[in-house]
Amino acid sequence: MTGLDRRDAVAALLAERGDLLVVTGLGSPAYDACAAGDHPRTYYLWAAMGGAVPMGLGLALARPEDPVLVLTGDGELLMGLGALATAGAKRPANLSIVVLDNRRYGETGMQESHTARGIDLVGVADACRFAWTQRVSTMDDVHALAPRLQARSGLGLALLEVQADDPPRVLPTRDGHWLKRRMREALGVA
Amino acid sequence: MEAWQQHIIEAIAAAGIRQVAYVPDAGHTPVIQACEADPAIEATVLTTEEEGIALLAGAWLGGQRGCLLMQSSGVGNCINMLALAKAGGFPLPMLVTMRGEWAEFNGWQVPMGRATTPALEAIGVMVHRAERAEEVADAVSGAFDLAFHGELPVAVLLAQRLTGRKRW
Repeated sequence: MTGLDRRDAVAALLAERGDLLVVTGLGSPAYDACAAGDHPRTYYLWAAMGGAVPMGLGLALARPEDPVLVLTGDGELLMGLGALATAGAKRPANLSIVVLDNRRYGETGMQESHTARGIDLVGVADACRFAWTQRVSTMDDVHALAPRLQARSGLGLALLEVQADDPPRVLPTRDGHWLKRRMREALGVA
Repeated sequence: MEAWQQHIIEAIAAAGIRQVAYVPDAGHTPVIQACEADPAIEATVLTTEEEGIALLAGAWLGGQRGCLLMQSSGVGNCINMLALAKAGGFPLPMLVTMRGEWAEFNGWQVPMGRATTPALEAIGVMVHRAERAEEVADAVSGAFDLAFHGELPVAVLLAQRLTGRKRW
């Protein structure tokens, strides 16, 4: 099976996360982030498919001194593809998007997504004026990416080519109110 | 600019709103221009209204108040994303200019105009409506109070009789 191990990759990205604020898309990226270690600066979506990028954008605009990471999958991003244009129109320097691209809709039975059919999400981000984009297929590149997510060095998108597997689920809480209060308290805005 | 539009601009400032997300509408034009020109407000143009629900949830996570401007056709684009505002308890004032009612020229606007209130109520959004200019300031400031203190989504529908006859 080719591609990165998604759990290893996300664990490497979040191992020394510093002040990073994380919004995950629903499904596997939420489980990956939870498996890497639950954190008060992480908000997991359990629905709202297509909402991860705009939620990260609103958070990044509100907190320009904090780096913000949207951690999502190819299917979730595809449902809200227009949000890449919205983010590209604003270009906050502190927003990064990591797409865990397994070319599948994992939650529903691993049906092939558009990226399995040749659609290039890195190319879309380039066309949307992202300051940097990157296609990542080795753990060396994952380790090099980790500090970049904290650098507030421009609106960016990294696409991680991950295996189309289904690791054991590590479920975060589904209490969206609690997750909200937890992050606001961590930021001192509650 | 009409007086009621000025009242919306004043209500946004008075509520301490820092992010305004919008899909343009003729009736919102002066409000959008004022927000874009105000250095205290981050104004974000959206490709579709549902982005605004997630954007303003993110703003609230980060400690900022926001509001969403759209016309009634955009309400149909929002329904599933409103689960985020409901399940997370995010404040979401939505100012919605109505189409498909009084003096509507374009029948294609009528189905969503008629469905706006029932669709919002079905997903659990409280709906207020302003028919006359003198009602707007109170309706909007009241919706802001309810949304931000109750941490819930509230829509204010700005009637087509208020926004005026569209010229073709």
